[in-house]
Amino acid sequence: MKLDTAKLLQKRKKQILELWMKNQLVDFSLREDLMSNEELTVQSEELVNILLQSLNNGNLEDVQSASFEPLYEVLETISRSRAKMGYSPRETGTFVFSLKDALLNVLQQEFKNDPVLLLEESLKVSKLIDSLGIVTFETFIKGREEVILRQTDEIAEISTPVIRVWDGIVALPIIGTLDSSRTQVVMENLLQEIVATSSSIAILDISGVPAVDSLVAQHLIKTVSATRLMGAECIISGIRPEIAQTVVHLGIDLSGIVTKATLASALRYAFSLLQLEVRKLNLKTNQL
Amino acid sequence: MIVLSSDSMPIMKELDMVVFRNRLKEFAVKIGMSLVNQTKLITAASELSRNMLRYAGGGNVLIEIVNAQRQNGLRLTFSDTGPGIPDIDKAMKDGFSTGKSLGLGLPGAKRLVSDFDIKSTVGKGTTITIIKWKNG
Amino acid sequence: MDKIPILKIGHFLMVAIQVDLYDRLALSLESDLVQAVSKTGAKGVLIDISSVSIVDSFMGRILGNIAGMSKVLDAETVIVGMQPAVAITLVELGLPLKGVQTALNVEKGMELLQKKIQFTEEEEIDDDSTLQ
Ligand SMILES: Nc1ncnc2c1ncn2[C@@H]1O[C@H](COP(=O)(O)OP(=O)(O)OP(=O)(O)O)[C@@H](O)[C@H]1O
Ligand SMILES: [Mg+2]
Repeated sequence: MKLDTAKLLQKRKKQILELWMKNQLVDFSLREDLMSNEELTVQSEELVNILLQSLNNGNLEDVQSASFEPLYEVLETISRSRAKMGYSPRETGTFVFSLKDALLNVLQQEFKNDPVLLLEESLKVSKLIDSLGIVTFETFIKGREEVILRQTDEIAEISTPVIRVWDGIVALPIIGTLDSSRTQVVMENLLQEIVATSSSIAILDISGVPAVDSLVAQHLIKTVSATRLMGAECIISGIRPEIAQTVVHLGIDLSGIVTKATLASALRYAFSLLQLEVRKLNLKTNQL
Repeated sequence: MIVLSSDSMPIMKELDMVVFRNRLKEFAVKIGMSLVNQTKLITAASELSRNMLRYAGGGNVLIEIVNAQRQNGLRLTFSDTGPGIPDIDKAMKDGFSTGKSLGLGLPGAKRLVSDFDIKSTVGKGTTITIIKWKNG
Repeated sequence: MDKIPILKIGHFLMVAIQVDLYDRLALSLESDLVQAVSKTGAKGVLIDISSVSIVDSFMGRILGNIAGMSKVLDAETVIVGMQPAVAITLVELGLPLKGVQTALNVEKGMELLQKKIQFTEEEEIDDDSTLQ
């Protein structure tokens, strides 16, 4: 005889909910300040409903089964709203795990004459609830990660300021490592600024870049190529001696690119391209 | 991965490519894809649809809005029943062309998208699937 | 079939691409332009692509062809107004259009052409050895 645990649990829904509520209400960590008992009952009922609906005997062992998708969704919503309300991840975790006690309690009553079956089914139920617990924590962490990602984007935006150094010359100091996503931001900002100011010369200063390997060089070359396609010249400045050494040691070909040691010498070169000259005022003639 | 909506169209002549590119643009705007990513995706799609026309006499393209890990993106599937590609590794190399061209289409398209998958059987046809995430 | 108008301004020819170029239209632009260069003896060609949102390898090759063919007919070609997103995409695609002159906008493109032509004229007068 094969007993259908899923059907059995579905039949005892009312009891499961009662047991679970009892577990929650006696727990010392109950946060009546955050949620009334009525609301808590509604939330618990929603979760029990969807859990029992999703259960069938085939999927009890397979926590990855697609039939649990709606259950995980409801759980994610609950977890997210709880996080917003100020519940700690521990409190939300306890909320989910206390359901396990209720379910196991019911199983115990049903299978009290068959310890082997009881053990088997208890393990399955236990595993399922554990997996729900994991989803709860994951949702919480994902929420945090989203915040971090957004901040990373913002930092990338802030850390690539384009400066108008002269009429027709823009400069962009890069500080920190240059990976491919950063290169995208640098390129976009630089090219947009070139269009906005109709500048024909861009200076990319890399004094703040800790190391140049062949990948970083690739990114620099791409940026220079894109600038040229737009019709502007791109000068790389801030090449420290160590960087010059690694470039040569790694056999990186920068021959198609104008490189200068300092921002000042890049600027001087830019002036000469624009046929500009910076001179010291001749004070004597001024005084006349 | 979840498919949120989709559309499919035949590419049998050159003007179909123009219609397809416009339709693709609508999809990209709908999911809020950045302008640079739109441009990369449409350019890659342009390369692959031209290959389909030129080497397989046309084919079909499926446009899908997909979602995975809370990110939206566009998935395009180009399928034809042309002659197929005998050596995919070779065809994916910069500069390889049987059409006296630059041989940039396939490798270039791969560089422009987030995900690139190519399957081809000689005598049966070629299916290429690309994905571009909204911010990828 | 649509056609892209070619304007003659002084010694130069100017084309503003305003429509979505499909391949045949691009090919006809290539041949029309090269014929116009030969017929008018123009010294420079300016192609404004500021309204073009997609340049793929085909279109890129046509632009390169026009520059190369005009060069043979002794005319300089400048591509102006490429959008940032297009430039970034072309670089990633692997088509940096080497050998094609570029400028930010029509005005700067004209300046560049003017300079180029003066330069080659001076060169021809001063230094015969460049004529190979
Ligand atoms: N759909 C296809 N069916 C059959 N063969 C194909 C298909 N797509 C590409 N190929 C083969 O792969 C080769 C490489 O394609 P790729 O697009 O990289 O270069 P190309 O089309 O020759 O040149 P380009 O795209 O630079 O103009 C083609 O020359 C062709 O032999
Ligand atoms: Mg191709």
